[in-house]
Amino acid sequence: MTTTDKAPAATAAPLVRLTDAGKNYGNILALRGVNLEVGAGEVTCVLGDNGAGKSTLIKIIAGLHQHSTGTYEVEGQEVHFSSPREALDHGIATVYQDLAVVPLMPVWRNFFLGNEVKKGPAMDIAFMRKTTKKELLDMGIDLRDVDQPIGTLSGGERQCVAISRAVYFGAKVLILDEPTAALGVKQSGVVLRYIIQARERGLGVIFITHNPHHAYPVGDRFLLLKRGQSLGYYGKSEVTRDELTALMAGGAELEELSHELEQAGAGSADAARLLGEEVHELGIDRVSTGDKP
Amino acid sequence: MSTTLETAPAPRPRQPVADERMARRSLLSRLLTRPEVGALLGAIVIYIVFFAVAPPFRELDSLSSVLYVSSTFGIPAVAVALLMIGGEFDLSAGVAVTSSALVASMFSYQFTANMWVGVLVSLVVALLIGFINGYLVVKTGIPSFLVTLGTFFMLRGLNLAITKAITGNVATNDVSNMDGFASARRVFASSFSIGGVSIRITLLWWILFVAVATWVLLRTRIGNWIFAVGGNAASARAVGVPVNRVKIGLFMAVGFMAWFTGMHILFAFNTVQSGVGIGNEFIYIVAAVVGGCLLTGGYGSVIGAAIGAFIFGMTNQGIVYAGWNPDWFYFFLGALLLGAILLNSFVRKRAEAMR
Repeated sequence: MTTTDKAPAATAAPLVRLTDAGKNYGNILALRGVNLEVGAGEVTCVLGDNGAGKSTLIKIIAGLHQHSTGTYEVEGQEVHFSSPREALDHGIATVYQDLAVVPLMPVWRNFFLGNEVKKGPAMDIAFMRKTTKKELLDMGIDLRDVDQPIGTLSGGERQCVAISRAVYFGAKVLILDEPTAALGVKQSGVVLRYIIQARERGLGVIFITHNPHHAYPVGDRFLLLKRGQSLGYYGKSEVTRDELTALMAGGAELEELSHELEQAGAGSADAARLLGEEVHELGIDRVSTGDKP
Repeated sequence: MSTTLETAPAPRPRQPVADERMARRSLLSRLLTRPEVGALLGAIVIYIVFFAVAPPFRELDSLSSVLYVSSTFGIPAVAVALLMIGGEFDLSAGVAVTSSALVASMFSYQFTANMWVGVLVSLVVALLIGFINGYLVVKTGIPSFLVTLGTFFMLRGLNLAITKAITGNVATNDVSNMDGFASARRVFASSFSIGGVSIRITLLWWILFVAVATWVLLRTRIGNWIFAVGGNAASARAVGVPVNRVKIGLFMAVGFMAWFTGMHILFAFNTVQSGVGIGNEFIYIVAAVVGGCLLTGGYGSVIGAAIGAFIFGMTNQGIVYAGWNPDWFYFFLGALLLGAILLNSFVRKRAEAMR
């Protein structure tokens, strides 16, 4: 498994770098002071609960919204994207939760939908079939038949088709919006394996999730968001899975909750003690909640 | 979780080879996954029934007239099927046929112009009707069922009112002596004979249209887009398919086929009754559905719609040949169509389970 020291040489600018980026909708601060970078062959995980600002962050990176403060650089060049198409032209592709596939259509038709390969007035179907089969094999999906409707694939496989489609059409950075959210344990494992595969092929991956157990095994960097602010930004060596879990669970709040329970009376005292122990075990006291410089 | 991920070796890329799991799918089961197979089985059963009970049905001339009737419904059904695969309905198609014929006839007659001028004006009008239907559907987001129900009634009223206002009658004047009538008739409504069997030219046009539409649907980018806008318009839009343009184009294709059918009616009968065509839109839709088009879009075939139209033609003529009371025609038609649809959905479920 790759570790952070496999990161590209310091001379190469990261594929995507946000510095102190923020977004205001009128007088609402949806996102403030976020730092994030992803290089080739790296996975940066963005963790946060609902409403933490994950969607705003991906929308900025994907070109749906523009950041209002800070800078956004792609390969060292500062950018202001006005459309997803522009982001795509810079090699930044987003795989959304609904995947943008048409369930009744064969896998190969979905793979090339909107980017059909033409041969004269018709499509080059043999080429598209062969390419779909090969690209999916490269991602480790061995399909029996690329003519089967994509709706007959499992959720994880569909996710992987969407990922390999983005890779084939020139993505250098993949933004995966909660790819494991709707999946069972086994299917999530399949998707995580493809994230590793994409990384090993030299892509930068921004993996949005609310599950630290999914993020930790594959991630090189971890950005925690809460209420539009960065709660912490860690390299893999600087944080353990338990610490990540604790942070996600809102360690400080857990501690507060345990105090509240203590005061509530004898019946709650036991629960309070257990919670307190757990907080201690998770090592929340050890984790600083400040931004890493 | 992390340990299993680290130890599990990532599958190595392999070269695509013939897959041993494919052997299980025989030619038959592959055939059964085609959308039109239910209609084909239905058509064979109906053909056998009429062949058995109606001796005149066995003659080649009868087959020729069955095919003629089928073609007059099958030509608009080609575009109606494409539109249904694209996820929309057009209830105005039946009266749009009549509108096209009325426009061509009255324009040429009133301006004493060459028939071909009327034919072209009518084409523009028919495409415009399709464009308006499509534009209203994509811009308002109102279901096409309602939008085209509205245009259906409007056209029905216009057909009658304008015809009466111009000719003072419910039908148009006979245009058979006009310039260009003979040549237009050769294109739209002539017939020729092969081995003593008379063949109407609409049959050839029908085959041509089915072939072209099938090629477009299965082999071209536009076809891919038609399946996509019917199957999931939002996804199609997200990957860059021009959804609105595809849908408007499909409505205009229905306009084109309605125009063509209208021209056939005009040049076959010389005069056009302003009230005809009402109800035919359902026969086009039924032909498409019997032929395996999914009512909700995203799945279907033009060949299936052609078989659906052929089933209609066989029933329409077969009842006459069998000497049955024609009052029962619509009952038999409904029963046969229901049977075909049930068979169709049964076969499709079996086929899906087999995959």
